[in-house]
Amino acid sequence: MQTTNNQQNWVEVGRIEDIPLLGARLVKSPKGDIAVFRTQGDEIFALRDKCPHKGGPLSQGIVHGKKVACPLHDWKIHLDTGLAVAPDEGCAARFPVEVRDGLIYLSLEPDSSR
Amino acid sequence: MQKQKLVLVGNGMAGVRTLEELLKIAADKYDITVFGAEPHPNYNRILLSPVLAGEQTVQDIIINEMDWYEQNQIHLHINKKVTKIDRKNRIVFAEDGTSAKYDRLLLSTGSNPFILPIPGAELPGVVSFRDISDVEAMLDASSRYRNAVVIGGGLLGLEAANGLMLRGMDVTVVHIAPWLMDRQLDEPAARLLQQSLEAKGLKFLLEKQTGALVPGESGRVCAVSFKDGDSIPADLVVMAVGIRPNTELAESAGLYCNRGVVVNDTLQTFDPRIYAVGECVSHRGVAYGLVAPLFEQAKVAANHLAEYGIGRYTGSLTSTKLKVTGIDLFSAGDYMGAEGTDAIVLSDPAGGNYKKVVLKDNKVVGAVLYGDTTEGSWYFDLLREGTDVSDIRSSLLFGQHNLGDSGHGDPHARVAAMPDSAEICGCNGVCKGDIVKAIRDKKLFTLDEVRAHTKASSSCGSCTGLVESLLAVTVGGNYSTAPSKKPICGCTDHSHDEVRETLTRQGIKSIPALMHFMEWKTPDGCNKCRTALNYYMLCAWPSEYVDDNQSRYINERVHANIQKDGTYSVIPRIFGGDTSPKQLMAIAQIAEKWEVPTVKFTGGQRLDLLGIKKEQLPGIWKELSEAGFVSGHAYGKAMRTVKTCVGSQWCRFGTQDSTTMGIKLEELTWGSWTPHKFKLAVSGCPRNCAEATIKDFGVVAVDSGWELHVGGNGGIKVRATDFLCHVKTEEEVLEYCAAFMQVYREDAHYLERTAPWVERRGLAYVKERVVDDAEQRKIYAERFYESQKYSQDDPWKARGEGVDAHEYKPMAILS
Ligand code: SRM
Ligand SMILES: Cc1cc2nc3c(=O)[nH]c(=O)nc-3n(C[C@H](O)[C@H](O)[C@H](O)COP(=O)(O)OP(=O)(O)OC[C@H]3O[C@@H](n4cnc5c(N)ncnc54)[C@H](O)[C@@H]3O)c2cc1C
Ligand code: SF4
Ligand code: FES
Repeated sequence: MQTTNNQQNWVEVGRIEDIPLLGARLVKSPKGDIAVFRTQGDEIFALRDKCPHKGGPLSQGIVHGKKVACPLHDWKIHLDTGLAVAPDEGCAARFPVEVRDGLIYLSLEPDSSR
Repeated sequence: MQKQKLVLVGNGMAGVRTLEELLKIAADKYDITVFGAEPHPNYNRILLSPVLAGEQTVQDIIINEMDWYEQNQIHLHINKKVTKIDRKNRIVFAEDGTSAKYDRLLLSTGSNPFILPIPGAELPGVVSFRDISDVEAMLDASSRYRNAVVIGGGLLGLEAANGLMLRGMDVTVVHIAPWLMDRQLDEPAARLLQQSLEAKGLKFLLEKQTGALVPGESGRVCAVSFKDGDSIPADLVVMAVGIRPNTELAESAGLYCNRGVVVNDTLQTFDPRIYAVGECVSHRGVAYGLVAPLFEQAKVAANHLAEYGIGRYTGSLTSTKLKVTGIDLFSAGDYMGAEGTDAIVLSDPAGGNYKKVVLKDNKVVGAVLYGDTTEGSWYFDLLREGTDVSDIRSSLLFGQHNLGDSGHGDPHARVAAMPDSAEICGCNGVCKGDIVKAIRDKKLFTLDEVRAHTKASSSCGSCTGLVESLLAVTVGGNYSTAPSKKPICGCTDHSHDEVRETLTRQGIKSIPALMHFMEWKTPDGCNKCRTALNYYMLCAWPSEYVDDNQSRYINERVHANIQKDGTYSVIPRIFGGDTSPKQLMAIAQIAEKWEVPTVKFTGGQRLDLLGIKKEQLPGIWKELSEAGFVSGHAYGKAMRTVKTCVGSQWCRFGTQDSTTMGIKLEELTWGSWTPHKFKLAVSGCPRNCAEATIKDFGVVAVDSGWELHVGGNGGIKVRATDFLCHVKTEEEVLEYCAAFMQVYREDAHYLERTAPWVERRGLAYVKERVVDDAEQRKIYAERFYESQKYSQDDPWKARGEGVDAHEYKPMAILS
């Protein structure tokens, strides 16, 4: 959300190229593990690295479109909302990300707006 | 840009299915208008039989409620029959004057019941069996009258007769041929059917020609009289003597019709703006009357309307079942057997069982089953695939079960008899009741839909057959017979075979290029198709293809197995299961140093180090590789293990050195990627302690050499191997193995193990390439050796030395 941006504490976590295209990397943080994804179109998303099903590490899944397939039981999770693809139900917390000059900034306050 | 206008005439099964398919792939392309002559939203016509029989209600069988049309912004005109198409100005007109303009028009007007041109055919009390109003008329009659006569002893006639009998009427079926369902059954099967229906209370008059329907005092029909002079009382007459494609509207618009509206392979009529699908259509001279082929047509038409333009409809094979509870029959293909065919028959009239399989040139061309229809779907698969059955001919009638498949015998009958609490999917704990409820409540039609909603069959897949049967039993009809061509996944309409052929023929060497060339529907595929494509590329271009890590499942991407808690397991290769104190000490030391939580012997004769954190993997691998170990590929769709027994080195019965043979085989084959996992074993004598007869490639030593076995599986469905041949020397064992693996690698679909592959292709296919023709065998083996040149560098060593380092480290550690 544009308005809250100023209050958020952005932390730099690396460069876009550090994440493989259609891939993900893990960021360890005091708030727990966060998965940072890169789509074919270089969009960057961040979700808690915990599948809403049984906690599978989403950072290890296969990224396609704007979705990731969980490595444990193949639930698909929307990267932009954190929601499981219907008919599965559940959601992984979203973390705000910004890309400036090829650098990725993450906010450790999960985004509660949908 | 303004949306184009699409008008559908005929709010029935094929037409609306086309809209559903279209909305899935191009939701915003058209502004859609639908005309339907019936006063109902789209419903499942097939289920009129259970409605008549009192097993379901009209509300149960509605497929799309009114709000579905609203949600998809479809203008629906129900109860409006279209009577005119103005092709020049592209407008359709309904009876009441309503009109709609179109850019594309889709005709799906179904068919009309054929009414015998006999006196009295138009009397009150004479109905056909086609739509809800017919069922209502029959139900009304059943509550007020006693005698019903059904003219026509085919599928529809018998289902109508059964329903009316269950509603309390006294029912006689009149049929002109010498036996019932003569379009689907041969005489012996039909006699058995007749007996069981008679036992239920139906009466039959065969070889009887109806002369006239006789009115009573009230003007309603009261009797049927026959050409031979007999007559019987009738308060209700149901004509079920056949259907005629409904081409009236198309013909009036000047479209070419010939026993159906004639269409091409993209379902376009002679006016390319006008498409037609369903029973009203004649495609390559065939008009279909079952939904499975119509749904295939719907898919292709939708694809073309969406302007993808890659799907083609090339015709379908169909099979038949009768929806009368308690009666099981199955019929497909050439069930009578023309000249040049052989029939294998099992006949047990007293036991109520009859089986006939018709063969031509060692291929199944038709089948009729009565009583036990367990094997119907198997015969139908053999028929569709054109499998050469020469090697299983002698046991064909005893069923797939007898080929060693002891997994799940029958689908249909067994499933129907199960209680609702029976667990169907062991992986996800889904019971029969859950699945049936989902199919009913959510109006599910396809396996994929059931998977998505219930999770059943979405994991190991071993219950797929059961779920398909549940669909067939619940939804009725032919839903179990999936289209003969299965697309890889929802991202494309192309099958595995088409994709493989295209990429080799066109020399395509990257996944994005292939997706572009074959017009994938999604921008970058999904985990299902990408993993398959990556394998196909690797197999086709071993020396050139650059493996796409992002199209590998996590286990293969990081060369270890992910565990439920996100840690990994590591299984070093122990060639032939033959180890030494030195090797064991090395593993022990490494396990101790890295504090590995669990060390376990696997079922594959080696040691598993479990519970390793991802960041530890390269370090452990470095040490393992310094101690001389390579990866065991326990994580890959790849060659796994070669199990051996001690053999002649020690065993008092051993005839050959099976351990050394096993080591040589493992040295030859390790590192190779395969469509699914691939396991081998070598036993030193026919006591077979290494269980070689449930392996993908099994070797059993005998005095005179080695017996080779293929296509075994010990997993979900146990299948014993087929005997391939006998060879004399170790060199031969190696060459045959290489050739067999290469044939499998080049032909099987991704994720198809050798067991189902051999069953689909037929053992003869394998023998032709590996055994019968030495020249071919050498060529295949050579291609295997060539590809091994590029796959036998140890992935662990490389990663221990720093390859893919980013995979194993967090991108950032914040504090
Ligand atoms: C480790 C091991 C169990 C053990 O502790 O002994 C094992 C473990 C797994 N097996 Fe297995 N199988 C193991 C021997 C077997 C055997 C026995 C054998 O090979 O002789 C079989 C039956 C033989 C066969 O394959 O025909 C076996 C049949 C399966 C199946 C069913 C395959 C099938 O075609 O029906 C699966 C599921 C699959 O592959 O989809 C499976 C899947 C698995 C997976 C990969 C499940 C998964 O997807 O995570 C397990 C991985 C655990 C891990 O991380 O290590 N495992 N699995 C065995 C490893 C052997 C090795 O040294 O590599
Ligand atoms: C009782 C019964 C049982 C069956 N059982 C099975 C089975 O077990 N398995 C199986 O595979 N198949 C079965 N079938 C056949 C299956 O129902 C048909 O193949 C399928 O419904 C055909 O679909 P369609 O869209 O071509 O025609 P329909 O579903 O008949 O749809 C055509 C629609 O177009 C409307 N229409 C026609 N002309 C016009 C016009 N000019 N303007 C507006 N609307 C018009 C009609 O009123 C009708 O609603 C059964 C059929 C019946 C009747
Ligand atoms: S190791 Fe094999 S049998 Fe055991 S739980 Fe895992 S998949 Fe099932
Ligand atoms: S934990 Fe992600 S699908 Fe089960």
